[in-house]
Amino acid sequence: MLLRAAWRRAAVAVTAAPGPKPAAPTRGLRLRVGDHAPQSAVPADTAAAPEAGPVLRPLYMDVQATTPLDPRVLDAMLPYLINYYGNPHSRTHAYGWESEAAMERARQQVASLIGADPREIIFTSGATESNNIAIKGVARFYRLRKKHLITTQTEHKCVLDSCRSLEAEGFQVTYLPVQKSGIIDLKELEAAIQPDTSLVSVMTVNNEIGVKQPIAEIGRICSSRKVYFHTDAAQAVGKIPLDVNDMKIDLMSISGHKIYGPKGVGAIYIRRRPRVRVEALQSGGGQERGMRSGTVPTPLVVGLGAACEVAQQEMEYDHKRISKLSERLIQNIMKSLPDVVMNGDPEHHYPGCINLSFAYVEGESLLMALKDVALSSGSACTSASLEPSYVLRAIGTDEDLAHSSIRFGIGRFTTEEEVDYTVEKCIQHVKRLREMSPLWEMVQDGIDLKSIKWTQH
Amino acid sequence: MAASSRAQVLDLYRAMLRESKRFSAYNYRTYAVRRIRDAFRENKNVKDPVEIQTLVNKAKRDLGIIRRQA
Repeated sequence: MLLRAAWRRAAVAVTAAPGPKPAAPTRGLRLRVGDHAPQSAVPADTAAAPEAGPVLRPLYMDVQATTPLDPRVLDAMLPYLINYYGNPHSRTHAYGWESEAAMERARQQVASLIGADPREIIFTSGATESNNIAIKGVARFYRLRKKHLITTQTEHKCVLDSCRSLEAEGFQVTYLPVQKSGIIDLKELEAAIQPDTSLVSVMTVNNEIGVKQPIAEIGRICSSRKVYFHTDAAQAVGKIPLDVNDMKIDLMSISGHKIYGPKGVGAIYIRRRPRVRVEALQSGGGQERGMRSGTVPTPLVVGLGAACEVAQQEMEYDHKRISKLSERLIQNIMKSLPDVVMNGDPEHHYPGCINLSFAYVEGESLLMALKDVALSSGSACTSASLEPSYVLRAIGTDEDLAHSSIRFGIGRFTTEEEVDYTVEKCIQHVKRLREMSPLWEMVQDGIDLKSIKWTQH
Repeated sequence: MAASSRAQVLDLYRAMLRESKRFSAYNYRTYAVRRIRDAFRENKNVKDPVEIQTLVNKAKRDLGIIRRQA
């Protein structure tokens, strides 16, 4: 309550302050995004402060963390939240039948996005659960003869943590290093595959630096060596074309809330031809082919299905637009600021995830300065700790550059004005922070920072 | 129903833009206006009446969605 009142006061104070205003005549975009109607989170006493005007919220540039619900998805979900509330596993009455029909329709929508058969899609609570099922399930099923797994150092925390817990069970895991570009070396992968390797897990698009791994080549290598190939495609599904048969993928994790769907739902693709056997993690009534027991949440899976269908239709349009906005952001920042490094391979890169390191500026202070843009320096999972991201460390970024990295996310709903505003503010604050930095002064004087011998106190 | 005429398509376009401006969230509002404009522009040279009817039906469904969600 106090926090919300403080936020409102802060919003009023900022709008009242005579700061430099961008020349944006667009209605609703003043210093920040203007929403016309206050959300339900704002308490009812907003009416007591009418001079606040529209409630201003920061620009959202963190689509790798989560995405807003597409209105088409919400529209598909609502009937199943209001009237059609049956349990899809109730076989005896119409409520169950209609929910089951909706669930199967959603399954078909998800399957057609990745080129799979609907029977190969299992609904889960999210990509984290899907990753756990894939890695632990496959490893444990084949534990008698196969004790080795391969993954990369830049995987998502849930994959790395699952592998660590399997190591405690007696499995061996090889964590492949990545090159400076963020992409793995295929020769190293081939060399790492042993006769007792059961699974290779490589994510399709990295959530922190946006690099695209060579999935088709990895799939070819794995299928020729008879090793199962799992990919965490949470950031890639619906954004780049994926086909599980062309790319020889055996298991794939899908996340709902990364593709403009609801949070709390995901799916796992498990190949049936040739059959991939997986030991179930969650025991119960045998739902979802016994792989994931528990009532399937109809409204959420309907939302996931609708999100996949919308993504399939909009993929080309979104990709073209996001590429254009991404080019614009990078070009405008790079031409106005020196010493900016883009992390990750510029060519094999998903344009919607841009990770830039601003030398001689501390990342957290830049994030705090850019307070009306919602940004992140690394992944949301690790945002609580102050360590620089392990992904940046894996690609060999210097410690000081790793601390200065910011991740810009551009999505379906990002506008050109938001990108321009972000670029302008970023340039302004980086310049301001660099002016205050003694390191920057030294660099301007021509001193090479690496040659300095810092004394120990 | 007679095949969709130019006037009907234009009415639909205007109605969709009008409804889209009612979205209270900036991102949804700008996306809807932009997407509608780009979609109608992209399909303006379609000649096949069956395809035109399919597109018009889809637009009508989307108009319903915007009306409900805005």
